[in-house]
This record gives sequence, C-alpha cells and structure tokens, in this order.
Amino acid sequence: MPVESVFSQLEPLLPQVRKPVQYVGGEVNSTVKPWDETDVRWALLYPDAYEVGQPNQGIAILYEILNEQPGVLAERTYSVWPDLEKLMRDNRVPQFTVDAHRPVGSFDVLGVSFPTELGYTNLLTALDLAGIPLEAQDRTITDPVVLAGGHSAFNPEPLADFLDAVVIGDGEEAVLAITRVIRAWKQGGCPGGRDGLLLRLAATGGVYVPKFYDVTYRPDGRIAKIAPNRSGVPASVRKHTLLNLDAWPYPKAPVVPVAETVHERYSVEIFRGCTRGCRFCQAGMITRPVRERSITTVGNMVKGGLQATGFSEVGLLSLSSADHSEINEIAVDLADCYEGSNVGLSLPSTRVDAFNVTLADELSRNGKRSGLTFAPEGGSERMRKVINKMVTEEDLIRTVTTAYSNGWRQVKLYFMCGLPTEQDEDVVAIADLARKVIAAGRQATGRKDIRCTVSIGGFVPKPHTPFQWAGQCPPEVVDDRLRQLGTALRADKAYGRSIGFRYHEGTPSLIEGLLSRGDRRVGAVIKTVWKNGGRFDGWSEHFSFERWSAACAETLAETPVDLAWYTTRERDYGEVLPWDHLDSGLDRDWLWEDWQSAIEPAGAGEVEDCRWTPCYECGVCPAMGTEIQTGPTGERLDGRRLLPVLVTNGR
Amino acid sequence: MDVRQTGDEPVTIQHLLVRYAKRGKMRFASHLDVARAFERGVRRAGLPIAYSTGFTPHPKISYAGGAPTGVASEAEYLSLTLTSRTEADAVQDRLNAALPDGIDVIAVAEDTGGLPASRLTASEWQIAFPGLPLDDVVPVVRKFLALSEAPVERLTSKGMRRMDARAAVVSLEVLGDTRSSVLRMVVRHTVPSVRPDDVLNALRDVSDVFPAGLPLMTRLAQGSLGESGVVKL
Repeated sequence: MPVESVFSQLEPLLPQVRKPVQYVGGEVNSTVKPWDETDVRWALLYPDAYEVGQPNQGIAILYEILNEQPGVLAERTYSVWPDLEKLMRDNRVPQFTVDAHRPVGSFDVLGVSFPTELGYTNLLTALDLAGIPLEAQDRTITDPVVLAGGHSAFNPEPLADFLDAVVIGDGEEAVLAITRVIRAWKQGGCPGGRDGLLLRLAATGGVYVPKFYDVTYRPDGRIAKIAPNRSGVPASVRKHTLLNLDAWPYPKAPVVPVAETVHERYSVEIFRGCTRGCRFCQAGMITRPVRERSITTVGNMVKGGLQATGFSEVGLLSLSSADHSEINEIAVDLADCYEGSNVGLSLPSTRVDAFNVTLADELSRNGKRSGLTFAPEGGSERMRKVINKMVTEEDLIRTVTTAYSNGWRQVKLYFMCGLPTEQDEDVVAIADLARKVIAAGRQATGRKDIRCTVSIGGFVPKPHTPFQWAGQCPPEVVDDRLRQLGTALRADKAYGRSIGFRYHEGTPSLIEGLLSRGDRRVGAVIKTVWKNGGRFDGWSEHFSFERWSAACAETLAETPVDLAWYTTRERDYGEVLPWDHLDSGLDRDWLWEDWQSAIEPAGAGEVEDCRWTPCYECGVCPAMGTEIQTGPTGERLDGRRLLPVLVTNGR
Repeated sequence: MDVRQTGDEPVTIQHLLVRYAKRGKMRFASHLDVARAFERGVRRAGLPIAYSTGFTPHPKISYAGGAPTGVASEAEYLSLTLTSRTEADAVQDRLNAALPDGIDVIAVAEDTGGLPASRLTASEWQIAFPGLPLDDVVPVVRKFLALSEAPVERLTSKGMRRMDARAAVVSLEVLGDTRSSVLRMVVRHTVPSVRPDDVLNALRDVSDVFPAGLPLMTRLAQGSLGESGVVKL
C-alpha cells in the first residue's frame, strides 16, 4: 500500500507560519524513493528545528548510507516550531518527513539523533504529532521502532519509557545491521510480533532495548540492580566503533538547504575520536580510539563535496583538528588547491598551541582574519590540571600573541565554570589572564584595536567520563562566581573595551545535568514538563527552569530522590550508575582512578595522549577490539588533480 | 557587451539577464533563500561567475525585487556577470540541472547588465479561487474599481505600513465560470510595495465573498508599464 503524502493538508497551513520553506523539502541532493519499491523504511528525526538539525553530520551520513541501499528508504523529519504544531493539531496533520511529506508513523523505524539532552521534550512532541504512543509499552506492530542514537544516547535511561531501542557509538554499520534484521523479520512474516523484532535486535548485543531490562532501587533511592528480564538479552550492550574511515567517505553529497541554517558549509570529519583525556569531555571519552581519514580521502571528499553542493565553505571537523598526523599537509595543500577560488576553509576546533595559529593562517589565505577561538577551559593553572587540559599561562599568551601578530584582531577564549574542586579565585583568575593576553597583544602589535572575548559555559558532569561521579556545582554558586568575574573584568579601565564577556545563567545547565545523569524515574519529569508546554528547551526563549523544577517536585514527590539528588550530589565508587550496563569500553576502575587523581588535594595527576605515549589502559581498545588508526601516510594532495572542478574568480 | 577593466577588477566579459520561476513548494522560499540557492547553483553549475573585489568577494548576481514568500512567480529576474563568454542556452541548462526543482530558469539572454528599478515598474499578478463562481466576484471587482482609494495596512520589517491598494492597481479583471474564478491584475511597483495580498485585503473590505486563508497567488509578468498592461522584459 503506498503511503500518501500529507503535503496537500500541510500546504494551506504554511502561509500562516514563520519560515515555511523549512517544511517543504525539495532541496538539492534530497532523495525521494517510491514507497512500494522498498521494504525497510527509516524516518530520521533530529529533535530540533530544521535550521539546527539540517546541518547535522550524523543524520547526513546515515541518510546517504541508507538511501544508497537498494530496497531501503530514508527520509528526514525535524521538530516543528510551536506555531506550526498548533496548526497541525487543529487540522489533524501528522508529523511528516520533509522529503516526501509521508507520515512518520508509517515508517518501520523512527531513528532519533540526540546530540544534547535538551531535545528530549521535542521527541515527545514528534511522537505525539505522529500518532505514535508516547510509551514504548503501548505501541503495536503498526508503530515504528523508536530508536535513539547520538552522544546523549550513552545514557538513554531518562528516555527509557519512550524508546524501543538504543544504539551507542558510530551509526554507519549499525543502521545497516539493523536494516538486515528488520528485513529478515519482515520477510519471515514478523515472527513474535513487535517483541520478536526487538528480541532479535537485542540478541545482536549491539542494540539496547530498555524494556528488556528491569531496574530496582534501594530504599535510599540509589539503584540496586539493572538486569535483563528475559533470556537472549545480554547483560551489557556494546558501543559500535567504525574502523577504517577511508572506506566510509560520507557524506559525499549532503543536502543543500534552501532555508537558512546554522552551518552553511561542506564538512569533512578528518578524524573521529580524541584521546587528549580532558576529564570533563564526554565526546573525547566515548569516541575512542582516534581513527584518522587519510589526506587523500580528505582531499577527494572536499573536491567531490564542493562539486555536489556548491557550498563555498569547507569545515575540517573533528574533536581537535590540529591533532591530525598530517594536518599541516592537509592545510597547506588544500590552501594551495583553492587559493583564489573563493572557497573558504576552516578548522572549527582550535587547541591552545602556536602551531594552530599557523594552520589558521594557511586556511585563511582566501579570506579575512577575523577571529580565532581557543579553549583553555580552566581559568587557573590548578584548574586546568584538574581537568587534564595541560595548557600553561605562557602557552596561552604565546599562542594568542602569535595570533595578534599575524593579523588576527579578535580572539575568543572559552572557559567552563563550576568544575570539580573549583574555588572563587579559579574563576576570577580568568580576568587576570584576559588582561595579560591583551597586554601582551598590544605590546606585540603596537595596536590598541585587538580584542579578546571571554566566553563561559556551565560545567555539566557527563556519563562515561571521570567526572561522572562529581557533584554538579549549584547554579547560584556558578552565577555568583560569574558576577565576581564580571566585576573583576570591569575593574581595570585600561582594558575595559578590549575584553568582552559572554555567559549564560546556570539554571539550564542544572536541567541538562538532571537529564545527563538521570535514571528511569526522570522520564516522568520529562513527560510532565512536556505536558505543561515544555518545547525546544535548548532555546533560552523557550526554556523555563520553573517548569522543570515544578515538574521535579510534582513527579518525584513519592520517591526519596529530587532534582538536587540527581545533580549536585557526589556519587561514590560503589553506586550503580544508570548507564553502567552500557559499555563504552572505558574501564570503570580507570575512570574512578582518573577521577581520584583529578581531585587529589596535593595536585591533580596528568594523563598524556596515548597517540604519542604508551597506552595508559583506559580499556577501550581491548574491550572493543579496536586500535588507534593514524598516519602519517606521506602522501600529498595534487593541486592539478583537484583544481579543474573549481570556478576561479577570474583574476 | 564586453567590458575590459584594468587593475585588480575582474574582467567582465558577459552580462546575462535571467528570467526564472518560483513554483510549487519553492514558492515558500524567501527572496534571501532564492539568492542563496542561486549562489550555490551557479557554483554547482560551474559557471565562470565574476566576483566582487574586496575583503569578502561575492558572486556578481543582482536581483530584482522578489515575489513575497508564499507567492509563486513565472517572472522573477536577476542579472549574472560572467568572466568568459558562455552560450545563453547552456547557462540555462546548467543552472536548471544545478538548482532545486521549483526554482526554474525560463529564459537567459545577453543584456547590458544591472537591473535598475526603471526597467521593472509593474507586475501582472493572478489570484486563483477554485470553488468561487465568477458571478460572485464580478460585482466585487466593479465595486473595488469604483473606489477612489482603498487603504490597507501590512506589518513589514520596518513596522506597520499603510498604503493605497486602489491607487497602485492599473487594471483588474476576473475570469472564470460557474465553478471557479481567477483575478488578474496589473499593479504598479510602489514604495512601500502593494502586493497581491494587499489588493485581496482591500477586496475583502468590499465583500466577504472570498474564502478564508491565503489563495494561490502568482506573478505572471514583470516589466515596464506600457499602454496596455505590462510589457515584459
């Protein structure tokens, strides 16, 4: 049975909403396949607005990989803004895909990518609009399998009631494996019904089905045990790790949005994983080990991607791009190839290192040198040791001075507030550092127009990191420290206008903390917030701390736990953590020792990067059967081979 | 026209006037969305587009005022500057292969360059009312044309603007049968502009015969105003 497009119902609503083009699809490189020529159909949901979700790399990769498969169809769906949500409810228009405007409820799988926790309420909106029962236990064989992935999925427990299945780690091979399981199950006449399919998925060891696990609690509220409740379900579920990234050069031809989006560029992930060992960084812990793309694959992807999209910007993405073994060759060769072509190259993540400035200089040959961002993260040297971000004050000042001397006028410094063991003076030290940066910059350049912006984020302890046991700093303490820092920054008039200060208040971080380290009892909080109108919680104009704290008070009243218990409470070694049955490969004892080393009163211990020093046994490679995959390859990009596709500016 | 310049200025070889349509789903694209799509389309098509000089070079594409978001068009115009001579037909084919469906190039012709407002002084618009009999609309149109003025208001980016919808309308006619009707109107380009939805709002002030909601509106032609209606470019 073909599934009808709902566009004719949606169309009359579009003139009544803001930015209607985000809902119409039809973009260059989007794919629409005939429904009846496929047997496994995926709807891919990014639980935020199109302008944020469309550029997401994860969805772009899976969309291409799935649509390349014969018999498989993948379409994209995004959160609709409240103006359209209301009209859709009034006119009974279901959640739709933007590709063919098919109702999301008709697909076999609804794959949801969660890069952050603040999209959880938007999942409920999408399910509700789709007509899919919110709770997994109420779904029937006609409903899609609601499958989550993305970094937040490494602790999916707060969403356990609403999800049928979860995949942790890299999605490329996982979606194909799941597709094969679904195909076999459908071809076999759907044996065992919905649970039959979920059991087959769970039995692979790589798909977590929350309802096949029972969680029991101690009288004090801590978890007693998480265990499978039927046979054929593994005690722990493993993350997926893609090896040999050169064999998976996706996205090759990403969708080119017509609507304006947050990142309008062709992005190439130059490597995946990071072993710098920053203790706060969940991404660096859960994506190990480092796997590089070779310089030639990067060059070919840039060439093909620009040709396929017409973008004029290229982003060389990774968690710490300057760490690629051949980053210098990549930067120089790409800059050579595209010099004079009006193609802009950028390295979004920058480490505090003078070498980084050299790279940025190379990549900016075609454009202006506006701003560079560095992330020392901690304001004092002591703090930076605690988080294992080994940057000395001299490093920072040397790096920033090099940037100013090389013509960069604006430097942004990113810090976190509320880190473990942090004292007021660790945060106020940022003011001193910023002044030193400006003083050194003025001296080096002889100019007064250099600027430095201090940007601060609230620290949120994350699962699968050494800080997973830490008590989150209360928002009032964070806010007070930021007030003190603001006063200190304004104290010296000689620097006043040269130093900018950007920060956010602490309450959204507390809710992010609740959702990051919450367990299944937090699901009721999410549902209550959603019922009370919670939407788009990642957007400050939509976020309401009062709505979240009231929902916590209401739904957790009968339990021994509350918002503070989930957030500001420090955990001990023996406590069963909600995500302990999800195996990221990290050795729990290694994480604990690293945590203890971080908060050692005599000074934190240092962990070096295992790419350049012997293995320190974090556990990932032996547990997951993976290995570090880095160059150098010794190859170079041949400008003559890459150039002909380019349009030059005629100079 | 060949223009050769010295110094750092790019060499301009050819100006092309492009007429394009905004159809179907793509009528919901804003003018800025269409401009971005063309910049990418030109690069995907591999056209030898000229770039402006300066700190942030931009492709040399000049746009005439676009049809409002949500309004379709068969007569949008832009001007391209190329650095090497390219056949107009080839430009059309390559652009159509590179642009999203619904942003469709209809004609490409050699031109003198630029799109001064004096070349585009009026548009012909169509508003379709499936289900509304011709006989219901004819008296409304007569009443409107008999007005000396028809003040309407619209919220723009510059705040609430007031304009006279009657004064801008050069001609207005209605076609149709017992089942449906279509309004055709020639509207002068004014500042602030009077759009077809403004005229429709003025018609709604005259009569409540028109159904609620926004009907399908299309720009049919655009050009300088001649003796009888719009002269196409």
